[in-house]
Amino acid sequence: MAISKSDVERLARLAHISIDPEEVDSYSSGLSRILDLIDEMNQTNTDGVPPMAHPQDIRLRLREDQATEPDLRELFQSSAPSSDRGLYLVPKVLE
Amino acid sequence: MAWESVIGLEVHVQLQTRSKIFSSAATAYGAQPNTQACAVDIALPGVLPVMNHQVALMAVKFGLATGATVNCRSIFARKNYFYPDLPKGYQISQYELPIVSGGQLAIDSGNGEKIIRITRAHLEEDAGKSLHDEFDGLSGIDLNRAGTPLLEVVSEPDLRSPLEAVTYLRKLHSLVRYLEICDGNMQEGSFRCDANVSIRPYGADTLGTRTELKNINSFRFVEKAIQQEIQRQIELIEDGGQVVQETRLYDPLADETRPMRGKEEAHDYRYFPDPDLPPLIIEQAELEKVRDTLPELPDARRERFVHQYQLTPADADQLTSDREIADFFETTADAAGGDSRSAANWINGELMARLNRDNRPIGENRITPKALGALICRINDQTISGKIAKDIFSALWEGEHDVDGIIDARGLRQISDSDALEQVIEEVLGRCVEQATQFRDGQEKVLGYLVGQVMKATKGKANPQAVNAILRQKLSP
Repeated sequence: MAISKSDVERLARLAHISIDPEEVDSYSSGLSRILDLIDEMNQTNTDGVPPMAHPQDIRLRLREDQATEPDLRELFQSSAPSSDRGLYLVPKVLE
Repeated sequence: MAWESVIGLEVHVQLQTRSKIFSSAATAYGAQPNTQACAVDIALPGVLPVMNHQVALMAVKFGLATGATVNCRSIFARKNYFYPDLPKGYQISQYELPIVSGGQLAIDSGNGEKIIRITRAHLEEDAGKSLHDEFDGLSGIDLNRAGTPLLEVVSEPDLRSPLEAVTYLRKLHSLVRYLEICDGNMQEGSFRCDANVSIRPYGADTLGTRTELKNINSFRFVEKAIQQEIQRQIELIEDGGQVVQETRLYDPLADETRPMRGKEEAHDYRYFPDPDLPPLIIEQAELEKVRDTLPELPDARRERFVHQYQLTPADADQLTSDREIADFFETTADAAGGDSRSAANWINGELMARLNRDNRPIGENRITPKALGALICRINDQTISGKIAKDIFSALWEGEHDVDGIIDARGLRQISDSDALEQVIEEVLGRCVEQATQFRDGQEKVLGYLVGQVMKATKGKANPQAVNAILRQKLSP
């Protein structure tokens, strides 16, 4: 399966990363090679094999419902680029 | 052309836990911004989620109460999108294997019971809040809500009218409050509703293109928003246009829906299983333990009320929609010496009217079931008249609680003694000669007027049945 140039551009947009236009071709062939490998794996018969959701055979650990975290706002906001009245400030987003 | 509307609801039920779904930060509402947002919630590098056991149990409880399949193995997935109130760049949710699948709620559709299928209910974390207006050119972000546990309940598109949609929503609201998994507070966002709406010609079996109405925060607005959206789609199609699949917001002031400003490709979430979270396993034994904690559910309680207390289905329905009201009723009926119908009438009538007027939940009302029960007993043993009872009810509403004390202190005892009544009646008949003659001439209705005069003369304390009897006797030819 091939990843087209426009697929690469779209994926970059979704992931919020900028890529050099000259590199689009190499990304598209690199990503296509990964999909080729997956195509090859897809030829294995997996009838009756449950899909794997996690590579290790472990189950989720659970904790008791207790609120124990202290308020560390000041510490956290000391490394934020901008904050005011307890809020983190970011470039304006519109809904 | 006649159109049929097709509606499905997605409801975000905020689970009523002390701490968040994947961190030990508190979930209390109304805290100062970012004081309940720990390293996990703000997504500092290197942190890992640890799941809250209580959240899983609450989802199981919901699944059991709706007759759904509780999946003993469910998977958390990452839903990827960028927004400043989502610091990780993904929301932890469930996609392919949710904790609850299938299930149903029965609603009263106006002509009989109708089953609404629930597709699934999955667990996820809430995002933070963005405040756009207070800062010039900047948005303020409060991450206190980030990581709050949500159960998203998705219905099949089985609803056919705005009224059915709101009936289903109320039913679901009542259920999660009975189960004590959600406080149901819509103003605070604990119970939020998105609606998928489409229309099709009557009798068609394919679905039209749908739009999604987001974040509608009251029952009334849900009904109005869907109503407006259906109307808009009908007009659009009848004018030769086409419905575009999009997300719209309801503006209650203008009473119309508007497209949300476009988030391009926002629907490509690229879900994949979260490698930080292995499968959630629910053992059968644990499931049975949760089953043992299920309370009597609204439908069963309504049925019981109809049979045990001889109530009409409508009265029983109203009393059982809220667990606290139902409890209040049962204690009152008991205190009223088993006069359950009077208890139902007082609660569904006088008490509800006052609660609605003051917009108060029953928990914040000062009348105790014991006092209301005592009041009903005093009416039944003819100590007081129905009219006086209303005055005493007002006193109870204002915080007094001793019914017999109020009756004695204010001299409200009903006058049933015929000598005392005859005196008053003689006096009234002396004044109302004309009406008395009219009654004798066969105008039955005038009797009501005369009874009223006697009641007035005794400040409501006369026993109306006794007055009636004496009047008839005196006026008989």
